Amino acid sequence: MALSRLASSSTVGSNLIKPITAAISLHHRPISSDATTTLTIETSLPFTAHNCSPPSTSVTTTPSELLSFFRTMALMRRMEIAADSLYKSKLIRGFCHLYDGQEAVAVGMEASTTKKDCIITAYRDHCTFLGRGGTLIEVYSELMGRIDGCSKGKGGSMHFYKKDSGFYGGHGIVGAQVPLGCGLAFGQKYLKDESVTFALYGDGAANQGQLFEALNIAALWDLPAILVCENNHYGMGTAEWRAAKSPAYYKRGDYVPGLKVDGMDVLAVKQAVKFAKEHALQNGPLILEMDTYRYHGHSMSDPGSTYRTRDEISGVRQERDPIERVRKLILSHDIATEKELK
Amino acid sequence: MATLFQGLAAVTPLSPSNSIESNKLLFSSRRSLSERKGNNFVVRSDAKVNKVLKSGAARKHELLIPNAVATQGSSSVASASKPGHELLLFEALREGLEEEMERDPTVCVMGEDVGHYGGSYKVTRNLAEKFGDLRVLDTPIAENAFTGMGIGAAMTGLRPIIEGMNMGFLLLAFNQISNNCGMLHYTSGGQFKIPVVIRGPGGVGRQLGAEHSQRLESYFQSIPGIQMVACSTPYNAKGLMKAAIRSDNPVILFEHVLLYNLKERIPDEEYVLSLEEAEMVRPGEHVTILTYSRMRYHVMQAAKTLVNKGYDPEVIDIRSLKPFDLHTIGNSIKKTHRVLIVEECMRTGGIGASLTAAITENFHDYLDAPIICLSSQDVPTPYAGTLEEWTVVQPAQIVTAVEQLCQ
Repeated sequence: MALSRLASSSTVGSNLIKPITAAISLHHRPISSDATTTLTIETSLPFTAHNCSPPSTSVTTTPSELLSFFRTMALMRRMEIAADSLYKSKLIRGFCHLYDGQEAVAVGMEASTTKKDCIITAYRDHCTFLGRGGTLIEVYSELMGRIDGCSKGKGGSMHFYKKDSGFYGGHGIVGAQVPLGCGLAFGQKYLKDESVTFALYGDGAANQGQLFEALNIAALWDLPAILVCENNHYGMGTAEWRAAKSPAYYKRGDYVPGLKVDGMDVLAVKQAVKFAKEHALQNGPLILEMDTYRYHGHSMSDPGSTYRTRDEISGVRQERDPIERVRKLILSHDIATEKELK
Repeated sequence: MATLFQGLAAVTPLSPSNSIESNKLLFSSRRSLSERKGNNFVVRSDAKVNKVLKSGAARKHELLIPNAVATQGSSSVASASKPGHELLLFEALREGLEEEMERDPTVCVMGEDVGHYGGSYKVTRNLAEKFGDLRVLDTPIAENAFTGMGIGAAMTGLRPIIEGMNMGFLLLAFNQISNNCGMLHYTSGGQFKIPVVIRGPGGVGRQLGAEHSQRLESYFQSIPGIQMVACSTPYNAKGLMKAAIRSDNPVILFEHVLLYNLKERIPDEEYVLSLEEAEMVRPGEHVTILTYSRMRYHVMQAAKTLVNKGYDPEVIDIRSLKPFDLHTIGNSIKKTHRVLIVEECMRTGGIGASLTAAITENFHDYLDAPIICLSSQDVPTPYAGTLEEWTVVQPAQIVTAVEQLCQ
């Protein structure tokens, strides 16, 4: 396994990236069906709406898009697992929050947005950064404190930013990014950009007061802000039913419409984000709740098994894993063979 | 105060205009009308304050200091016969703000009651009508959120000015100011700049009670990445406001509740002051007195007494609270060898404490006596007027301290 060959830190980057890029290059072969054929696929779960009418569950996509979803999510998954090993070898220090399991949210969001739209999130930002156009070198250099990192090594795991592709971070304090996100939306409205802002936060941050303050302001001024709650059901070690009286986060906006989405289904995410963007440009803010799951613990210092059972984790991995879903879709539509998707 | 105006108006012939003219006559009461061309009445920040204090024209200032309420001035006067124009400090702030908003369309204001209400201290009066609701934003009472919003807007390229109705309310936004405002430029590796101006009135006076009389300079001073300035006269208020807006760094501009109605004549032509410079108020030889904001006026009043007693104090308004203008301060110390710091900040961990440390580290060899720092008492500000007065430094204490220093 390539990951065990961690001889010296200077070669780690190349050691990690070689097998990953090798895997990707295998996918470049002519596929049987036309790459731009439109496929219409039903999402596995319906959307649940609050104060709005939900979008249809039929999502249009193309084989090449499905393949790109697969590649990107697989890349993200392997990137996070590699980061896990690097942390355990003490090459990444401090805090390291991993996103594996939640890849569908980042990838689905990218499918329906442009680089002019802004995305701002909290500290679980490695994959979101990658989705916005970051490179593996930038990710690993930043994680290991090198100057080639996206923040020149000065930020660390929790402070990834990419201004030219509209990725605004990367924030350590829970919930503080949501008022910033509404400020980004305000800037977009002021400068008449016709773009929107996605402010991501977790189920733990959903209980922060500043969220409601920001939501009130965004709704008052019709800001093109979409608040996306990545609900992985655990705020560090506290399950959502122990922290929130009402875990229906998409309803918490009250007068602000909300939509609950199966966050493990990349096509559902894509559809919901497209719907949200259209809505926000016309009617102001919206809350999206992505029902998702993280396989790792909250961070590298959390084993992730003291507050949930291993059966639960493996159950989700078997039944709802986002990469597996796309793999099945690709195989069932004969877009690629099983061998190529390894 | 009104009777004073009327009395003067009766004595000297009034030029036909509104009652605003009577303000000018207050200044010219000792001189004939034909001499109005001279600028002897100017409350200039550099050097001339003594002169004004001696004439009857400065009676406003004398009333200002022991009592809590400043006189209610009228709106600005355009005088054809004198250079510059007279206005009050809050009008100077507004003028600076308005000029910058006209110059740069990305400048916007957000805060509570800044728009339709015109600002709780009238600094943004009429700006919403002129620039629209999107550029002069009335926010709900959510300091944490709208400060964060201002910072987010700055990340997209706007230059917001965030007003705290009272500086004390910005404590609710401390997380945003500290973590996001100060640090984002660094943690993003330089990708984002946060050109916000956070401003608001603070300080003691008018018996507002403990929670509304806070001085936050001491809390904000150790946040890395921000600059802090304090204005004290209409001239430097306008100049610092413009400089703060033009600066690409986050700047916190500290104003004082009691100083909003100070009147001064300022130049017609555009000027921008430096954010890092201190102001030489009164050159002298015997002792360096470092002060800022409202305490400057207590110091100047004490200076009158000191001059009568034969001392020659050098008064510097440090203006820049972070970073300190150690160049000006150092030159002064090298000349006088004695330092007195007079501030309204709290004693523990205040600006004076940091300044004392900075001076001791850099200019220890030039000092002939230990630095004396006069600060406010470490107590919540009481409501009762007499008690409130004694929590801040009074001119008599300044005189005593100088006498002690110069023994």
